Amino acid sequence: MEKSVVFNNRLLPYLLLVPQLIITFVFFYWPASQAVRQSFLREDAFGLNSEFVGLENYQSLFADPGYYKSMLTTLVFSSLVAALSLSIALLFATQADKNLKAAGAYKTLMIWPYAVAPAVAGVLWIFMFHPTLGTLARPLRWMNFDWNPLLNGTHAMILVVMAAVWKQISYNFLFFLAGLQSIPKSVLEAGAIDGAGPMRRFWTITFPLLSPTTFFLLVVNVVYVFFDTFGIIDAVTGGGPAGATTTMVYKVFADGRLGGDLGGSAAQSVVLMVIVIALTAVQFKYVERKVQY
Amino acid sequence: MVEHRPWNDIIAYAILTLGVFIVAFPVYLALIASTHDAATVVGGNMPLTPGGHALDNYYRAVFVGGSRAIREPVGQMLLNSFISATGIALGKIFISILSAYAVVYFRFPFRKTAFWIIFVTLMLPVEVRIYPTYKVIADLHMLDTYAGLIMPLIASATGTLLFRQFFMTIPEELLEASRIDGAGPFRFFWDTLLPLSVTTIAALFVIQFIYGWNQYLWPLLITTQDSMQTIVTGIKKMLYTTDELAEWQLAMATAILAMLPPVAVVVFMQRLFVRGLVETEK
Amino acid sequence: MANVTLRNVRKTYAGGFEAIKGINFDVGDGQFCVLVGPSGCGKSTLLRMVAGLETISSGEIDIGGRVVNQVEPAERDIAMVFQNYALYPHMSVYNNMAYGLRNRGMKEPEIKTRVEEAARILELGAMLDRKPRQLSGGQRQRVAMGRAIVRQPKVFLFDEPLSNLDAKLRIAMRVEIRKLQRRLSTTSIYVTHDQLEAMTLADILVVMNGGQVEQIGNPLDIYQKPSTTFVASFIGAPPMNLMPLRSDELKSQLTGDARVDQAGILGIRPEDFAISDESVTGGVALGLTVEAIERVGAETFVYGTRQPEAQAVAANPGELPPGEVIVRIPGAVGPGIGERIRAVAAPDKLHLFTADGRQRVGD
Repeated sequence: MEKSVVFNNRLLPYLLLVPQLIITFVFFYWPASQAVRQSFLREDAFGLNSEFVGLENYQSLFADPGYYKSMLTTLVFSSLVAALSLSIALLFATQADKNLKAAGAYKTLMIWPYAVAPAVAGVLWIFMFHPTLGTLARPLRWMNFDWNPLLNGTHAMILVVMAAVWKQISYNFLFFLAGLQSIPKSVLEAGAIDGAGPMRRFWTITFPLLSPTTFFLLVVNVVYVFFDTFGIIDAVTGGGPAGATTTMVYKVFADGRLGGDLGGSAAQSVVLMVIVIALTAVQFKYVERKVQY
Repeated sequence: MVEHRPWNDIIAYAILTLGVFIVAFPVYLALIASTHDAATVVGGNMPLTPGGHALDNYYRAVFVGGSRAIREPVGQMLLNSFISATGIALGKIFISILSAYAVVYFRFPFRKTAFWIIFVTLMLPVEVRIYPTYKVIADLHMLDTYAGLIMPLIASATGTLLFRQFFMTIPEELLEASRIDGAGPFRFFWDTLLPLSVTTIAALFVIQFIYGWNQYLWPLLITTQDSMQTIVTGIKKMLYTTDELAEWQLAMATAILAMLPPVAVVVFMQRLFVRGLVETEK
Repeated sequence: MANVTLRNVRKTYAGGFEAIKGINFDVGDGQFCVLVGPSGCGKSTLLRMVAGLETISSGEIDIGGRVVNQVEPAERDIAMVFQNYALYPHMSVYNNMAYGLRNRGMKEPEIKTRVEEAARILELGAMLDRKPRQLSGGQRQRVAMGRAIVRQPKVFLFDEPLSNLDAKLRIAMRVEIRKLQRRLSTTSIYVTHDQLEAMTLADILVVMNGGQVEQIGNPLDIYQKPSTTFVASFIGAPPMNLMPLRSDELKSQLTGDARVDQAGILGIRPEDFAISDESVTGGVALGLTVEAIERVGAETFVYGTRQPEAQAVAANPGELPPGEVIVRIPGAVGPGIGERIRAVAAPDKLHLFTADGRQRVGD
């Protein structure tokens, strides 16, 4: 789709593009290329000298069990968050779509956690489940359950998953509700006349028609888990205990800052870039298909 | 829906009420904690009803700062957050409406190239290139400045795509009519395109303001002075102190204050917010 | 006041597609010219070239004695009414009309006088403060007209301005436009695909097809003497019946006619038939089997088929199935379905064309 009617000025379009191009080059392309460059270098402790080491940073990265652990953590974390937040949001959205008078008000009540910063969400959840002062940790203690996300890696993972799901439900809810509301009621009525009950209608009509939305949300959620949950993890666990909640993005941050291993951190950045580009490519392919409908 | 079964509605209401409860409870708890004194909160037996220390806690958080952990009052952090969030939103709107105008309404060599150069930024969030970006900011002497907080976060294509999408829906005849009415590129932009874009601009502002306000990693890295930190990064520093016990009641008051502006934006500008959200994802 | 002259105007797109293939015509001062043709025939492109919204590949467009090929639309002293009206949605009716005047640096009092005058003519006085979305389709149409009028341009250009209106309003606005144009006597070029609109509005009718002019002239002349089979079937509804002169049935009836040697196609308008058993000297009589009848009250359309071997000419895809003949008779009384009838046409009602349909034979 292109405009066929345009202005003919020669210089003006370039002037209009200049601000964005400058910012993009200085703050995007330059750093991104630096990340690639750095991943082939090793700096000394003072950052004064750097030497070209080829693929050494990558070799040591893939020889590091800690890196595989962070990959696994990322995989577990993102599948749990995506699966839970999508299914919970879908449940709420189908209920809100039932033509209830209060659906609009419910929408307002459901969507605002989107606006809560991930780091703040993390703080709220660690407060609720803090082993000594958490209001919801109390009942667990009464049941003689030794709940301690600060020391137990599994507990820590459960807590960050809950916080991340809590924050993402609103977003998924919004898109699912919009998706549901765009399904023509007549199709469902035809289904009912054809003798399908509510559950059968949902699985045979609604869910398939909703699949573009679901797929889109799946990709968005994975990207969300990769990057936006950084604040949650940092606030709740700081990547711990013992690296149990260190995702790949968190490791880039931790290795670069706390460990000072800029070359290794840069190599990790490059690996992440490749993953993100692959994810985005999948998304675009899907978008393209959607356009062709 | 099709069947008329009253219990169906009841189940729906029950599930939705549960949903609202899940969504609201963590915030309610924080609100309660911000009204109790330190001893009550840390004791582990905090009641679920408000206490009487709300004014005291919020006053201390905003104007005084904590006795140990918080060295800066939250008031300054709020201001920093406000400036950087507004700066990010306005900056992005400014650069992207201009570039979208160029890409949609002009034909020139390297037009496609320019578009792709901008478009590629969608693929890599700032988190991936965090240290090199840090280095660029340091080299430009922009650490601990608002410009340093703002600029790297507006280097993205979302705004450009949103405006491009919107401009494409404007009928071509409107430009033709303007040209017959004697309007050149500046007039057309100012008299027609800009007024028509008002809702799109507002929607983008809402989304970007929230995005900017909620930034965590970037401000954490490039602010070294406490006087420059944003409220979202400030909270965590209150909790993880090396010395004494964290002042949870102040942290919770701060959390409430940190949520208030973006949540207010979402609730009161819901239609713009939803529109911005849906359109930027297209 | 001005006349508009097109001299060998061509438009070739970058891909090599030739949308306009050398067009010449002249619209006299104050005349109403209508460009009519099927969609894709290039009529809108041609209008937009006159407006300056499309470039001219070769040839000249002359407005009021000035070649305007390189002149910006705003400088051509034209005004245009668009199919979707292209009203500025964020401006009031008043500002929609005033915008072009302001851009030309006109003083506010003068603008006010002009806008109010236009609003009075178009009965928009009560709506000047409204936004376009608060108006009905017909009102928007009139605002678009108003925007053109206030400019007092040399030429009005209309690009299918009525096609977004419902049938009733379309007829009413058609009459309005004609009255207004007479009153202002501004040279006008009007594009439409609706042959009825074209017939009723035009002083000069330009029938276009495939980027070329098929025929130019007074609408009634064109109706009575179409110069090609395309024009014959495009102008007039239902379309003219076109039959090849291969069959002996037709040829034998036309033996006295001098034209018949060059002719390959015979055309007869549905209303020129009569159902009769009498013979007509020099005319044509067709034996038909009635397939369908449409009674619309004042007249009746009879759809009949000739003998299977007698093929008709499909002048335009979708016009008339081969072998089918439409007869239009006054009144509500007609034959029954399945009946055999005899349709006769007088010699002066016969149109003859060359076998390729590109030329009229005789007059």
